Amino acid sequence: MAVVQEAEDQKQGGASRWLVVAVPYVWLLLFFVAPFLIIFKISLSDTAIALPPYTPVFDGFGAIGDFLSQLDFENYIFLTDDPLYVQAYLSSLRIATISTFLLLLVGYPIALAMARAPTSIRPTLVMMVILPFWTSFLIRVYAWIGILKPDGLLTLLLQTVGLMGPEEQVQIFRTDTAVFIGIVYSYLPFMVLPLYSALEKMDNTLLEAANDLGCPPLKAFWRITFPLSLPGVIAGAMICFIPITGEFVIPDLLGGADTLMIGKTLWTEFFGNRDWPLASAVAVILLVLLVVPIMIFQNQQKKVA
Amino acid sequence: MAKSLGPVKRKFSPWTDPSAIPFIRFENITKRFGNFTAVDSLTLDIYEREFFSLLGPSGCGKTTLMRMLAGFEEPSEGRILLQGKDIQGVPPYRRPTNMMFQSYALFPHMTVEKNIAFGLEQDKLPKGEIAARVDEMLKLVKLETFAKRKPNQLSGGQRQRVALARSLAKRPQVLLLDEPLGALDKKLREETQFELMDIQTKLGLTFLIVTHDQEEAMTVSDRIAVMDKGVIVQVATPAEIYEAPNSRYVADFIGDINILEGSVTTTESALGSPGTVRIDCDGIKVAVDQECQAVTGDKVAFAVRPEKVRISPDQPPDTSVNALHGEVWDIGYLGDFSVFIVKLDDGRVMRAAQANVSRLVDRPITFGDMVWLTWPLDAGLVLTR
Repeated sequence: MAVVQEAEDQKQGGASRWLVVAVPYVWLLLFFVAPFLIIFKISLSDTAIALPPYTPVFDGFGAIGDFLSQLDFENYIFLTDDPLYVQAYLSSLRIATISTFLLLLVGYPIALAMARAPTSIRPTLVMMVILPFWTSFLIRVYAWIGILKPDGLLTLLLQTVGLMGPEEQVQIFRTDTAVFIGIVYSYLPFMVLPLYSALEKMDNTLLEAANDLGCPPLKAFWRITFPLSLPGVIAGAMICFIPITGEFVIPDLLGGADTLMIGKTLWTEFFGNRDWPLASAVAVILLVLLVVPIMIFQNQQKKVA
Repeated sequence: MAKSLGPVKRKFSPWTDPSAIPFIRFENITKRFGNFTAVDSLTLDIYEREFFSLLGPSGCGKTTLMRMLAGFEEPSEGRILLQGKDIQGVPPYRRPTNMMFQSYALFPHMTVEKNIAFGLEQDKLPKGEIAARVDEMLKLVKLETFAKRKPNQLSGGQRQRVALARSLAKRPQVLLLDEPLGALDKKLREETQFELMDIQTKLGLTFLIVTHDQEEAMTVSDRIAVMDKGVIVQVATPAEIYEAPNSRYVADFIGDINILEGSVTTTESALGSPGTVRIDCDGIKVAVDQECQAVTGDKVAFAVRPEKVRISPDQPPDTSVNALHGEVWDIGYLGDFSVFIVKLDDGRVMRAAQANVSRLVDRPITFGDMVWLTWPLDAGLVLTR
């Protein structure tokens, strides 16, 4: 009797367990898979002067055959034809790679210092890293315009200190350098936090053991601390690299006319040229490109688990 | 794991030789952390090839003392001499000491082999030599088949042995062991204790072990330093510590003991000449043959180990001294031993231990029995501190 009861309990438990597991999948289905399929479908359509500005718009099940016959890969072929798009993709990947590297360079020492700080002040330090989020992202990027523009705060500072003559001005605004500054500034918390969580977990006696075995501190960092923080490095790098590749606001506000990024191209296609199918194709390709780093990330996460 | 007891230990007692030069000398070492004094002007000599234990409760400063020798802490005052040389300011990675950490501190991203090779690689030894030494170490700790595993694929006992192999690989002049066997179960711990002694004798190294486990210290050590609140209370061989503790603290810390407070009534003993010391402990009259400085009227403690107390239902012929009458209050059956807790007629409690030499399940003495506790003159101790 008791056994039967238990089995029934388990069945019920099983159902509620499935429900719990289903929630994130349903979420992903509704807000990722479905929109992606729509985008993918649009990318196979043709431009039209209509509302929405593409054909065919899905109308009724009877037209499925009709509808399918009108879809083709012509937008994708066009993307490979025009070197502008390839260049935009490559330039995005280049900017994202360099930015991620810069972020690591800046973020690692910060995370390390936080992890080595006394336990009592660590929560405060984490707070300070997240603090910029309390101001709108857009406002913070605008603030950089104020700093970097030729008659901005940086010029003023350098002139006041005397490092720059009164006639000179910093020429950073509307260059790739400004984009890098903006990206590193904006994404720093996303790099620091995973690094910090990896470094904070590290057992300090490991470094003592390395020391004890004849390994000086700097070498111990490269032999022990850094390899053990690799999951954090990879997590931080991926979390930054992926959105930076598709970044639009920062290059648009801080970058120059020659700062080529796929996010900007996408925007131009959608809103400037009103070519939704082509813009969708650009977005789909971007996603496919980013699947590679996402897979690396996934793989690493599995290894950690 | 085959039990090997190794070669029979020869008589080893450099500390009794006044001309012997200590290998390690702690000289008036004081270590303060803020307001807290962890080690208080402590002086201690340790000799070459000695297996030395620092024994004490947690927080007594034993680990701090060891960490100062390893170089992880600098003494606030005093100096540490290693082979006569002051090692003040020498960083840990240049000291000829290696440490086996309590947590083992194995590098989780390296295989067993790599862990053991780590120290040797720092010395830039040729590859072949490193490989040979790693093999030798793996053989020593019987882990040859586990060379390619990562630490998280090993059991606690195996990890502990990797830690030992890693700390021994560089043949340190002094091996420091910080509570090395704490995480092991009793059986494995005992086995490993014998292995440690075996390895120490085989390699002829000086071992300094920190432990709070008195049995462990007794088993492995040539000498033990019992510490309390940053000072050393007694330094002696395990047998001396057990049989002749110099204070109530040591007597109480090591093993089980009955302590009665009292004062000296008559004494025939003086320093250098043993004689009978008679003590009155609030009506209980005891006598001890011992070399003792206490004079008549001195407040002292009388102590006797439970296994030296005889328990019997029969009244002894002489009940005037070293004979107590009481009721069996509780019995702790430990298998090899039974501990009788006897409530004396005046309400005080004494313990007597008896080896269970026969296989009787029903013991002749049981709860509520009236018994006599007796012990010979040389069984007890007078503690003046």
